[in-house]
Amino acid sequence: MSTFMRTDPSVHTLTRQSGYWRDLDWILLIAAVATTIFGSMLVWSASRADMASDSDPQSYLKRHVINIVIGVVLGWIASRLDHRWLRAYTPIIYGVSMFLLVLPFVPGLGTTIAGARAWIDLPGGLTIQPSEFAKVAVILMMAVLLSEKRDAESEPRDKDVLLSLGVALFPILIILVQNDTGTVLILGSVALSIIAVSGARTRWVVGLIGGAVVGIMVAIQVGLLKEYQVQRLTSFINPTADVSSSAYNANQARIAIGGGGWSGYGLFEGPQTQGKFVPVNESDFIFTVVGEELGFIGSVVLLGLLAIVLWRAVMIAFRADDMYGRLVATGIVAWLAFQMFENVGMALGIMPITGIPLPLVSAGGTSMMATWIAIGLLQNIRLHAVRAGV
Amino acid sequence: MSERSNLRLLVLAVLVLSLLGTLVARAYYLQVMEGAEYRAAAENNTVREVAEPAVRGIVLDQAGRPLVANRTTVVVTVDRQVLDQQPNDGAAVITRLARILDTPRESIADRLKTCGSEGAKPPPVCWNGSTYQPVPVASDVDTQIALSIMERRREFPGISAKLEAVREYPAPFNANAAHMLGYLGPVTEEQLEAQGDGDDRLRRTDVVGRTGLESQYDDVLRGKPGITTLAVDTAGRVTGTLEERDPTPGNYVVTSIDSRLQSVVEQQLLAAIRRAQEQDYAGKSGAAVVVEVDTGRILAMASYPTYDPSIWIGGVTKKQFKQLIDDESLSSNAYQGQFAPGSTFKAVSTAAAGNDNFDLYGIYPCPSRMKIGTQVFRNYESNAYGPISLTRALEVSCNTVFYEIARRMWQEAGGPDAEVTAPDPVAESARTFGLGSRTGLDLPGEASGRVASREFKYDNWEAKKDTWCRNAEEGYPETRKTDPKLADYFTALDRENCTDGYQWRAGDALNAVIGQGDTTVTPLQMAMVYATIANGGTLYQPQVAKGIVSPTGDVVEVFDPVVTRRVDVSKKTLRFLRNSLPGVTTDGSGKTPFLGFPLGKIPVASKTGSAQVTGEKASTSWFASYAPANDPKYAVVMMVTEGGTGSKTSGPSVRKIYEALFGVKGQTVNPRDSVLVGGSPQDALPTVRPDGTPVSPKGRGSGVADIRAAGSSS
Repeated sequence: MSTFMRTDPSVHTLTRQSGYWRDLDWILLIAAVATTIFGSMLVWSASRADMASDSDPQSYLKRHVINIVIGVVLGWIASRLDHRWLRAYTPIIYGVSMFLLVLPFVPGLGTTIAGARAWIDLPGGLTIQPSEFAKVAVILMMAVLLSEKRDAESEPRDKDVLLSLGVALFPILIILVQNDTGTVLILGSVALSIIAVSGARTRWVVGLIGGAVVGIMVAIQVGLLKEYQVQRLTSFINPTADVSSSAYNANQARIAIGGGGWSGYGLFEGPQTQGKFVPVNESDFIFTVVGEELGFIGSVVLLGLLAIVLWRAVMIAFRADDMYGRLVATGIVAWLAFQMFENVGMALGIMPITGIPLPLVSAGGTSMMATWIAIGLLQNIRLHAVRAGV
Repeated sequence: MSERSNLRLLVLAVLVLSLLGTLVARAYYLQVMEGAEYRAAAENNTVREVAEPAVRGIVLDQAGRPLVANRTTVVVTVDRQVLDQQPNDGAAVITRLARILDTPRESIADRLKTCGSEGAKPPPVCWNGSTYQPVPVASDVDTQIALSIMERRREFPGISAKLEAVREYPAPFNANAAHMLGYLGPVTEEQLEAQGDGDDRLRRTDVVGRTGLESQYDDVLRGKPGITTLAVDTAGRVTGTLEERDPTPGNYVVTSIDSRLQSVVEQQLLAAIRRAQEQDYAGKSGAAVVVEVDTGRILAMASYPTYDPSIWIGGVTKKQFKQLIDDESLSSNAYQGQFAPGSTFKAVSTAAAGNDNFDLYGIYPCPSRMKIGTQVFRNYESNAYGPISLTRALEVSCNTVFYEIARRMWQEAGGPDAEVTAPDPVAESARTFGLGSRTGLDLPGEASGRVASREFKYDNWEAKKDTWCRNAEEGYPETRKTDPKLADYFTALDRENCTDGYQWRAGDALNAVIGQGDTTVTPLQMAMVYATIANGGTLYQPQVAKGIVSPTGDVVEVFDPVVTRRVDVSKKTLRFLRNSLPGVTTDGSGKTPFLGFPLGKIPVASKTGSAQVTGEKASTSWFASYAPANDPKYAVVMMVTEGGTGSKTSGPSVRKIYEALFGVKGQTVNPRDSVLVGGSPQDALPTVRPDGTPVSPKGRGSGVADIRAAGSSS
C-alpha cells in the first residue's frame, strides 16, 4: 500500500493538503512549545541580573524570542519537506554542514567562547555554532546510508555501516579538535543508536560499544592530562588562583539546585541565580535556575515536559513507515535524550562539566533552531507514516 | 521493520527512560533530602568587592604644562588570603620578604594587621582596607628587588609587585602654586558616612583631595575604581571571581594659571618680602594675584610663606605637620588671609562719593590733619596739599579729603544717633564691589573679609556687651593687684563700650573711608575690585579652573566666565576712577616704582596702600593696579604684611610682573618677550593626545625638560 501511495503523486498531494494540521503530533508540538516557553522564563530570570545595568534589561530575552521564532519557522519548513527531496539533498546538506564545521578554523571568522573554538562570527554581532547543525546533518546522512538499497527486513551491509560510521566520525574528530567534548559524546551516542536500530549485525553494536568505552577511557586519560597541564599553566600565570573554576561552577550549581528544596525561592527570587553566583546560567547551567527558583516541583515539571517530547519521538520512531524515517527519529531521540542528560546531569553534579545547552530551554540561537528543525523532522516522519496508513 | 530493529529501539527507549529516572532521583536527593543543607550554604554564600583605585587625573596650566602629574612607583603587596594558607600563617615568607626589602620584619607585620584588631598600630600603619585586598607593605621599591621577588614566586607566595601611580609635582619654571593645587589625604570617616553605596563610592583605603584644586575638583580627578566581585564562602575563602570591571582614569583639570607667570609672581613676591626685611620690617607674609579683568580668570596667585607640595606624597609625619602649622604656610594669604586694605580702599570710597552725589570734579581741602572731638586724624607723614581735586587726592593719597567726605556722609546719616539701618555709602560701595563676602573662587576655604559699618559694630556690641559690662562692674581685680592704673584704664574702656559700644562714631567713619579700622579684605577681593573698575563695572567670579579634558583628549567641559553682578556704581563714576588712577603711577604715590617703565606704551592704573595695623610696627604694604589703563587686560595686586609702604615694598615687584606680562625690556615692549606664550592667555584648552599626554609649548615655553615623562602614567 505504501508503495502505491508513494507512486501516486495526485493522491499524495491531496492527502498532504487536507491532513497536515489534523495529522500533526499535537502532543509533541504542545510539549515542545510548553518547554520553550518554560525555558524563556528561565532565560529571562537568569539574564535579568546580568542585564540590569544595561539600557534594555530585556535585550537578552528579546534575542531569545527572535531565535525561537526563527527556529519554529525552520521546524515548520522541515515538517513539510518531501522525503524524496530530503533524501536527494541530504548529501548536500551534510557537505555544507561539514564545511561550516571547518569554517571556525579560518582565521578571522571563528570565535572562542568558553575555550571551545566552535563559533562563526556573522555581521551584526551574531554567532552561529555549526556543530548544532552538524548533529542534524549526521542523523540525516546516516539514515540515508543505512536505509538505501534494501528492504526494511534485511540488515544493512557492512559496507554501509562502515560508510555511515565514517559520516559520523568526520565531524566527531573535528569537534574533538575544537575541544567540545560534550558534543562528541552526543554525536557518538547518536551514531551508535542509529547503527543499532538500523538492524546492523550484533557484532557491530557490541564492537562499537566496546570501542566507545575504550575511547572514553582514553579521553578521560587525555582529559586528565590536559587538566593537569591547564592547572600548571594557570598557576604559572596566577599563583594565587588556587580555585579551579570548574570545581567552583559545579559547587555553586549544586548549592543553587539543592537550595531550591521542594518548591524553590520563587521565580526571580533565587539568591544564587540573581546574585550571579552560577556562571552561564542562561545556557549551560540553566537547570540551576529552575532548580533554585521553582524547586523540585519545577524540576520535575521541566523534566516531565522533556520526557513527553522524548516519548512522542520514540513513538514516532516505532511507527515510522520506513527504515529512513525510523532512523531519523531514532537519531533525534538519542540526540535530545543524551544532550538533556548531559546538561541536567552536569548541573546536578553527576556528569562532567561540558559546555552544551539544554534543548528547547537554554539561550543560544543555533541550538534552538536545530532543535526545532528536529521537532519538524519528527512531525514530517509522523505525517509520512499517517499518510502511509501505518 | 525487522524484529531486531524494534527490539533495539525498545532498548533505547528503556535507556532514555532510565536516564530520565536518574535525573529525577538525583534532583530529589539534592533538593528534597539535602535541600536544607544547601539552602544554608546558599545563605552563607556572599560576595566581596575588591576595588582598584583609578589613576587620578592631572592638573594642567593654561598652556598644557602639568602642574600636578602622576609618577609610577613599584609597590610590593601581600595577599593575606594566600599567606594564611602557608605554614605558620606565612611567618617564614614575611621574614624572607623583610630580608629582601631590607626592612625590619615587624614593620611588615604591623602593616598587615587590620586596624582595630589586637595589637594593631594606629593608622596609617595598620591596614584600613578590605581583607580580600592585597596590602601594600612597601613603596618605591627598587625594580631589581621587585623583579627578583616576582621570579621567585615559590618562595614568596601571595607577594606581588605592581606599579602604582602617586602624585608628582613637575613644578614647571619652578612654579610652586602649592595652595592652589592642594594635596591628597586619606578619606575621612565623615566622608565615608555621608555618601551612598554605589560602585563609585569612596573606600576606606582611598585618598581624596583635602584642599585646593585637588579637593574642589576631587570628583573630576578621581575617576571610577575598578571593581572585582569575588564569591566568598562561610570560612571567608575566595571561591571564585564573579565580575571584573577595569578602573576608569580620572579627567584632567585645566587651569587658567600660567606656570611661567606664576613663577615670576612667586619670585617677585619673595623679592618684595626681602625688600621689606631689608628695611628692617618683619615682612612676615604676603600675597600676589594676577587676574584677567574681562573673565575673572586667575593667571597667577602666590602666597608667602608657602611649602613644598611634595611633602604630602605618601602622607606627612606629625613632625612635618607641626612644622607646617608653625610656619603658618598651610593657608593661602591670597584668598584665606584677611587684611586691612589701607588706601587701596580709596577707590571704593571714591565710588561711594560718586554714588552719594559728591562733585567728583570739585576742589577739596587737603590739610595735614583733622580734629574730631578729642581725636586727631592725620595725613600720611602729616603732609598738606592745600585745595586739590579728587583726582589729585587719589594720586597723593590724601586722607583728609576722604575724612571730610566721610564726616559729611556720617552727619547726613544722623551722626552718632543714626539708626543701624541708616545709609552708609562707603559700606554699600564696598559690598557692591564684593567686599565682605566670598568671591566664589573655585577653591575651598575662602575667607569673606569684613566691611566696617554700623551694622557690624552693633552686632559686635550685641555679642560682646555682656563681657564688657561684667568687666566694667568687676573692675579687673586680677590686674588691679599688680597695676591699678592699667586696671582703671581697662575698666573705663569697658564701661564706655558697655554703654555705647554700638555707636558708629565719626572716628569709625573716618577710619573706614581710608580702609582702616574694622574693614578687612583678601588680596584676591582687592584684585577683583580693581578688575571691576578696569572692565567698566562687571564683577566676575574669580576662577582657577578653565575646563575639564578627558585622559583621551576630549574636552569634557569648558568653564565660562561667571558674572557675579554689575556693580552698583554709575558709569560716570567708574570713568572718573579710570581716568584718575593712571595718574597715581605717573604723578602720584605709585610713581617711584614705575620710573623708567614705558608708561606711554603700557599705561598702568594703580593705587598704593600702607595700612596701619594695631600692634604692628610697620604698615601693610599694598599695591593694587591694572594695565594697560587705556585697554585693561590684567589686574595685579600685591600685599606684604609689616612690609612698609606700598610704593617702596610691593610697587617694584608689581612693575616686574607687568614687565613679564607684556614683554617689557627697557623702553621696548615686545609681546614675544612676554612670559605668556603668544603674548596673551590661551583661548582654547590645551590639546591632550589620545594617550593622555598633554601637548605643551615647545622649547623655551615648555618649563620641564621632558614633558612626556611628566604626563600621566595611565
